[in-house]
Amino acid sequence: MKFFFHIGRYFDLLGKVLSVPEKFSIFRKQVIVEIDNLGIDSLGIVAIISVFIGAVATIQTAFNTDHPLLPDYAVGFATRQMLILEFSPTMIALILAGKVGSRIASEIGSMRVTEQIDALEAMGVNSASYLILPKIIAAVFINPFLVIISIFLGLCGGWLVSKFTDVLPISHYMSGILLEFSQYDITYALIKTVVFAFLITTISGYFGYYTKGGALDVGNSSTKAVVFSSIFIIFFNLVLTQILLA
Amino acid sequence: MIKVTNLWKYFDNVAVIEDITVSFHKGMTNLIIGQSGSGKTVLLKCIMGLLEAEKGNILYDGQDFIKMDSAKKQLLRKEMGVLFQGGALFDSLTVEENIMFPLNMFTKYSKEEKLERVNFCLNRVNLGKVNKLYPSELSGGMKKRVAIARAIANNPKYLFCDEPNSGLDPKTAIVIDKLIKEITEEYNITTIINTHDMNSVMEIGARVAFIHQGKLWWEGSNNDILFSSNKELNSFVYASELLKKLK
Repeated sequence: MKFFFHIGRYFDLLGKVLSVPEKFSIFRKQVIVEIDNLGIDSLGIVAIISVFIGAVATIQTAFNTDHPLLPDYAVGFATRQMLILEFSPTMIALILAGKVGSRIASEIGSMRVTEQIDALEAMGVNSASYLILPKIIAAVFINPFLVIISIFLGLCGGWLVSKFTDVLPISHYMSGILLEFSQYDITYALIKTVVFAFLITTISGYFGYYTKGGALDVGNSSTKAVVFSSIFIIFFNLVLTQILLA
Repeated sequence: MIKVTNLWKYFDNVAVIEDITVSFHKGMTNLIIGQSGSGKTVLLKCIMGLLEAEKGNILYDGQDFIKMDSAKKQLLRKEMGVLFQGGALFDSLTVEENIMFPLNMFTKYSKEEKLERVNFCLNRVNLGKVNKLYPSELSGGMKKRVAIARAIANNPKYLFCDEPNSGLDPKTAIVIDKLIKEITEEYNITTIINTHDMNSVMEIGARVAFIHQGKLWWEGSNNDILFSSNKELNSFVYASELLKKLK
């Protein structure tokens, strides 16, 4: 029953969030601030993880497909497909659920327990829309760029391994990553990214917005935001993969 | 004027506000007093529309707030100024931006006009040169003053204060009380103050409503309190041994 209560309240909140902003000039400024907070600030961690995962994926694939019947370029091909189809959209979304999700929930939760949200409501401001909508728009806009950067840097990680180790020749790696490239794979990755960005911001916003109590409860909301965002990302990953690739 | 009639509010089927009927007058500091847990904050939040009452009416100059559609409620809320217990200033904004916030949201003033209004409000609460400071850099009393400045920035018709002097030393508390009284009389605002501070009651309580166990127990002025024979009111007012002896 509690699950259905939360689902109902989540959609009720979405109804309030997805309304026309009261002042576009203020909304535009907020979106820019959130792009910086949620996107640009995450660039460092996305870059580091992507380069290393790309490098490790190349080494792992090379060692596990070391067979005379499998050409070397299959390593580059497998690395590329893994990065585009799964690692960059899904794993980066999970990482962002931790970083961005906890930030959103704790920020909004703190505002709730210090009556700042009540202050907004009392002034006649739609607090849900004012606080959550700019975050949704910012994440939906910036996350696809983060994922594209992640794919590129992941491939660079593999390239570095080929260049500086004897795992496989660099020319084979390059022919692998160029082999049978399908633009639809990128579309698929970006569709997933947009859905995951929406899930992270709305679920985290939901837990922050309905925080009750004090500092301890803000921490609990933050944890729940990360846990439930991650669960829903994994679930929707399965659903979207089935719909878009099957 | 704000008139509350037969108001009921429940939490989990338990009535926390029971059939309260009370009027709050224009140009006066109307105080709601009572022990912690008596229901005064719930009553104030119902009046502000932050909590929905199950039964009763809340009339803002004759308009029933409970029966209004959400668009009309939003419009009415733009005429409210609220001072929360902790100030509820927006942490991420400077003092100037906090006070400018309602002006940015609801007016078409130019930047210069808004800044002029911000400075006027800050002067009115006797604060200067704090425009660029963040709330975390202010003392408790300064935060309350900034919150008052934000509350009056948009020329409200109604001012709500939830325990405005909690956490302040007695001297600063009286300064804040007097400031609220002056502003109320100067701009002819309907002000409702929620408090359990007897100093405030004696200092500025033009009209006082005593809430006990969710019910309106007594109504009168600060002078009437001293001569009341109401048992619960007396046990609240003369809670300390010193005051009992003085009585």
